[in-house]
Amino acid sequence: MALQRNKLRAVLTMLGIIIGVAAVITIGAIGAGSTASIHNSLSSMGSNLVMVMPNSNAPGGARLQGANVETLTEKDFVALKKESTYINAISPSSQSKGQAINGSLNWPTTIEGVSEQYLAIKNLSLKDGKMFGDRDVHTYAKVCLLGQTVVDNVFPKGVDPIGKIIRFNKIPFQVIGILNKKGQNTFGQDQDDIILAPYTTVQKRIIASIYFGSFNASAKSENLSQAAADEMEKILRKTHRLRPNEDNDFTVRTQAELIQTLSSITTLLTALLTAIAAISLIIGGIGIMNIMYVSVTERTKEIGLRMAVGARGRDILNQFLTEAIIISVTGGLIGILIGETLALVISNALHWEPIIDKASIIEAFGFCTVIGVFFGYYPALKASRLDPIQALRYE
Amino acid sequence: MKKILELQDIKREFQMGSETVRALKGVSFDVFAGEFVTIMGSSGSGKTTLLNTLGCLDKPSSGSYLLDGVSVSEQNRDQLAKLRNEKIGFVFQSYNLLPRTTALENVELPLFYDPRVTAAERRERAAAALQAVKLGDRMNHLPNEMSGGQQQRVAIARALVNEPVMILADEATGNLDSRTAYEIMALMQDLNQSQGKTIVFVTHEPDIAAFSSRTIVLKDGRVVKDQVNQQIRSAKEMLAALPVTEDY
Repeated sequence: MALQRNKLRAVLTMLGIIIGVAAVITIGAIGAGSTASIHNSLSSMGSNLVMVMPNSNAPGGARLQGANVETLTEKDFVALKKESTYINAISPSSQSKGQAINGSLNWPTTIEGVSEQYLAIKNLSLKDGKMFGDRDVHTYAKVCLLGQTVVDNVFPKGVDPIGKIIRFNKIPFQVIGILNKKGQNTFGQDQDDIILAPYTTVQKRIIASIYFGSFNASAKSENLSQAAADEMEKILRKTHRLRPNEDNDFTVRTQAELIQTLSSITTLLTALLTAIAAISLIIGGIGIMNIMYVSVTERTKEIGLRMAVGARGRDILNQFLTEAIIISVTGGLIGILIGETLALVISNALHWEPIIDKASIIEAFGFCTVIGVFFGYYPALKASRLDPIQALRYE
Repeated sequence: MKKILELQDIKREFQMGSETVRALKGVSFDVFAGEFVTIMGSSGSGKTTLLNTLGCLDKPSSGSYLLDGVSVSEQNRDQLAKLRNEKIGFVFQSYNLLPRTTALENVELPLFYDPRVTAAERRERAAAALQAVKLGDRMNHLPNEMSGGQQQRVAIARALVNEPVMILADEATGNLDSRTAYEIMALMQDLNQSQGKTIVFVTHEPDIAAFSSRTIVLKDGRVVKDQVNQQIRSAKEMLAALPVTEDY
């Protein structure tokens, strides 16, 4: 085997394929990993979530940011709660920024006014204490639940916050529960830096407004979230008395939609990077072709001898083609090994689930064989068509 | 006696630009089994063209060439390869061994292209052929670890391994000093006389022709002399008569 006689050259030729395959596999794994991680973190906020946000429909003039537009009211909330058939929970949300104070400790945070169903909608759970109830909402009760970040910042270590009073913008709240840690969301926001309180309390005592910042609802299942969104849109158009030719003054979005949008972005990016990596594979293939040409020229005399002792054209073709395929497939195997190792290391470093795509291994393997055949064929054909007389006398 | 080669009015013409070069202008002769024929001629005599034709590397422009009863002109490229594989054993001036490949593997090469021979049989026959040229102890040596004479003996073993009807040697002693050349000729004579191998030996050295049983001389593409050698010289005796050279 000529490959054994020229090991260094064979290895160098393989290098192009090794790097190409390793790059394709690593990038593919990073893409799949990031998509999965985005999907996971969004799903953890409730994959059946349906959100309603106010929307400026002021024709001309200054457009306001959604949160400052005042279109969603208690009336909408009641209507949605009563008429929506595809949802099993709904909560309004009114947010305000402010300072949480406990004695000498204080912390800038956000208070979110929500209904008693909010925890279920957002997939939140309690670490300690209890959630406020329907009664607390009706009575504007000054009770609250704290996220872990707030607990860490306004309570000294070892102090149980349950039952204690903290102040938010000078209003005293009794802490009745602590939320389980959730960490950062996809956009790097700390989801534990939050205080939850009944929306009535927040509306009346803190922001003094009858409008909501948004509604969060949970559809009965992920598949029903689009139906729920459509139905909610219909209900809101009715309560807002919008004529058929008028645009919505609100936006209904589903979490599924958001997941899809983000996934499609990462998929596109992955495809782009994979394409770039694939180019390096093709360059590796051209490297094989180059070396095979050199090899055919260098071994012209050997080819002549083989033909003289009885090798047919196709025997010579097979010989060179086999060499090209062995180079590319061996390179491919080493590349797969390196690629998977890199993917594992990267997913470990970024705390992703390591995703080893079996299909991508088979694809890479097949692709290498194709590259070997494709780029090895022409030099091999050239070798097989040599005239034995001239090849024998070639110096 | 069986006819191994039958050449009838062989002509070979090459088109060189607008000119037609007539390398062979009608060559006819027969070679019988067990003959040791040397083909002689100066350069330009058509010697090389005749060798290529005899070796089934080239087909004549006209005339008929029967090799062991097979009409070579009617064969296609693949069939010619098969003929070479089964009926001819080549020995070249420059040995043409595969570099960085052991003697045994070099000798196995022709059998490698014969689908009827298994890997085990291939090895066995190659080893036997190397024994026959007295290189049984060098089977795993590489060509660059052997002398010119040894390399040529490996090449002869390679020519014997497929049990051809004819060994076709092209200036097989051209690269060797006279002592080694005599050794090779002694081996050739031995193969011819004791094993009955048919040998066609192309050379331009009259010295070498004296070891053969018949000499054909070519000139300008025609046979000008074809005579049976009455007094065959023994290469073995010549070797013995050489003064013992001192190592330097």
